[in-house]
Amino acid sequence: MNTLTRRSFGLVLAAGLGVSLVACGEDAGEGSANGKVTITVNGQPPKTQPFERKIFDEDVAEFEKTHPDIDIQPREGFMDPKTFNSKLAGGQLEDVFYVYLTDPANLIARRQAADISAYVKDVPHYDELQPELKEIFTKDGKVYGLPTANYSMGLLYNRKLFTDAGLDPDAPPSTWAEVRDAAKKITALGNNTVGFAEYSKNNQGGWHFTTWMYSAGGDIAKQDGDKWVADFNNAKGKEVAQALHDMRWTDNTMGSKQLLVIEDVQRMMGAGQLGMYIAAPDNVPVLVNQFKGDYANYGLAPLPGGNGTLVGGEGYMINPKATPEKIRAGLEWISWKYLNPDRMESDLKRYADQDQPIGLPTSPPAGSSDVWTGDLRNQQVDLRAKYATMPVENYQPYVDGLADLDKKIEPPNAQQVYAALDNVMQGVLTNKDADIDTLLSDAEGKVNSALAQVK
Amino acid sequence: MSSTAVLAPDVERRPARAPRRARKNLRRAVTDNLTAYGFLCAALVCFALFSWYPIVRGVLLSFQQVNFVTPAEWVGWQNFQTLFADPLFGIAWRNTLLFTGLALVIGFAVPFAVAIVLNELRHMKAYFRLVVYIPVMLPPVVVAILWKWFYDPGPGLFNSMLRLVGLPPLSWIDSADTSMLSLVLVATWAAMGSATLIYLAALQTIPGELYEAAELDGANLWQRLRYVTIPQTRFVLLIMMLMQIVATMQVFTEPYVMTGGGPEDSTVTVLLLLYRYAFTYNDFGTASALSLLLFIALGAFSALYLRLTRTRG
Repeated sequence: MNTLTRRSFGLVLAAGLGVSLVACGEDAGEGSANGKVTITVNGQPPKTQPFERKIFDEDVAEFEKTHPDIDIQPREGFMDPKTFNSKLAGGQLEDVFYVYLTDPANLIARRQAADISAYVKDVPHYDELQPELKEIFTKDGKVYGLPTANYSMGLLYNRKLFTDAGLDPDAPPSTWAEVRDAAKKITALGNNTVGFAEYSKNNQGGWHFTTWMYSAGGDIAKQDGDKWVADFNNAKGKEVAQALHDMRWTDNTMGSKQLLVIEDVQRMMGAGQLGMYIAAPDNVPVLVNQFKGDYANYGLAPLPGGNGTLVGGEGYMINPKATPEKIRAGLEWISWKYLNPDRMESDLKRYADQDQPIGLPTSPPAGSSDVWTGDLRNQQVDLRAKYATMPVENYQPYVDGLADLDKKIEPPNAQQVYAALDNVMQGVLTNKDADIDTLLSDAEGKVNSALAQVK
Repeated sequence: MSSTAVLAPDVERRPARAPRRARKNLRRAVTDNLTAYGFLCAALVCFALFSWYPIVRGVLLSFQQVNFVTPAEWVGWQNFQTLFADPLFGIAWRNTLLFTGLALVIGFAVPFAVAIVLNELRHMKAYFRLVVYIPVMLPPVVVAILWKWFYDPGPGLFNSMLRLVGLPPLSWIDSADTSMLSLVLVATWAAMGSATLIYLAALQTIPGELYEAAELDGANLWQRLRYVTIPQTRFVLLIMMLMQIVATMQVFTEPYVMTGGGPEDSTVTVLLLLYRYAFTYNDFGTASALSLLLFIALGAFSALYLRLTRTRG
């Protein structure tokens, strides 16, 4: 290579790199062409779930057919806190994005979701959504998103192990004392069978400690004037921590391996080695589809204690950088796809026709989501029974008992609070000599520190 | 012709010719090196974009609150105040220093000892070197998951072995008392291959005459190690120690995958806390403030490292 060629090559390389970098920095382009509004939406199931993905893609095609002025560009995936900010900063966040019900409070506080108050009046049946769910997406009278699914925590149990242990699978435990007794009998079956399991890592321990507190009639945080303060370092908190400690160390019904997360526990339940754990109905299809379980083997009961339960779920929010046209189009998509009573029956039917699980008050299908009130809710319950493909009687105790429980949402700054409460769970489950007073007191300090940042 | 008359034209011409010559030299130098500058430019752009800009941006972020929608808001020292008010801040530094200390005691001594043994081998040298190096080739997450099974209090490998010899099982990562030590063992096992090979290379540069002389003087094994091996490899040992401090203070994979920081915060490290601030709480300002503090701490060790290597050079 002669000098000139080498020089030219060097310059071209440098110039090419510069152009590429400038090109990388350019915006992907606005979404309006030929009079059409183009919006990106996530929530498309991965290719590893071919049935769900096919349903989603069919819905996109049908929506575009009935809404010729809107072009939907679907994206795979749901809410991933690890990439959310990068996508937002890089202009890659979808116009319509999925959230868990733990997310909206922080996203609204950080102004990372569009204010849709002016548009929500055009969303059909908005007034018939459950008010406590709408409240999660509302701050200071302004609306920032729509709930599309809801769950309440209950007690998931293995009916086969109940039978093997001489327990009545149609009469699941309704108090924590009964849970302890049942756990002892199931553990006594031997062969590494665990009576009851709990999460204690990656903030999931704190999430479940919160559920325990609600079930005992306690709380995690309370408002003190303008501030939020911890509310678990009290008799209720000690009662819950002591019960967990006793199940682990006195009853020996929680297995020796701790620091578990949801996948560990689901694996144990799917393998038939676990008697009970706290879960929402959406765990049942996971046990069947991912861990080769059998619907007939599982039962769901309301959370023991009879006081309250933790509610969670999912919804959709709009990109804060979206134009008014995109906001309108995005809301049209959400209400058509996820909050559409007119499609409720056809939605359930197509799942039932493919022998997919129907009968639980959970999504998918979207038509089965427990988000409605009044007549729409009654209509949904009837349709679910009509198209049921699973032994719904196994889950009837949950449905019946739920109405009597106080449904509480997650505390503010939930992830930081859960991180602090993980410690309480870990302390009582990994240390036989755990000092419960100190654990609660330490966690209280950390939770107060987290709650002090709530805006 | 006077001497001044002879000298005058030269004196007058010199200032006029010198800049021309300098310009010519410069032009030639630039022309000759243009290709090199072209390649250098690409590297500089890459460094600027992917190393220096993120570092500067990180420092700025430490004093800002951002939501990536509206312009960043300057908040002064607020992010640092948030950090100092967090009870986990002190715990994370304490745990990180504990990990670093344990890693120095175990992770520093073990590879050196293994290198000495490998150096003394007369047969199957290549095989044992390969065996020692294999863990380095495993992805860190795979190592962590593998050791999670080793540490399983029920059917795990270690407790099964303990039971086999009639000893009581241990809680390993399930107990706040043993969790950090357990993670250090994982990190040591995974990383000791590289360190061992470096020590082995250093050991092989020691002249055999020194050992012969020591033996003639009646030195035993320990004395040969103390007065020959360690002094002859002290520079490599020092550099490896500093590099290990810098590396182990950034421990993340093992606590993230194996313990999540538990039990009872016993394995929350600075980097794990930083990760939580950034990707769980989405508080990039506070995460950047913490990264700046870690950067300063590691910078001090790196400066020491550079000083030592330059002194040696």
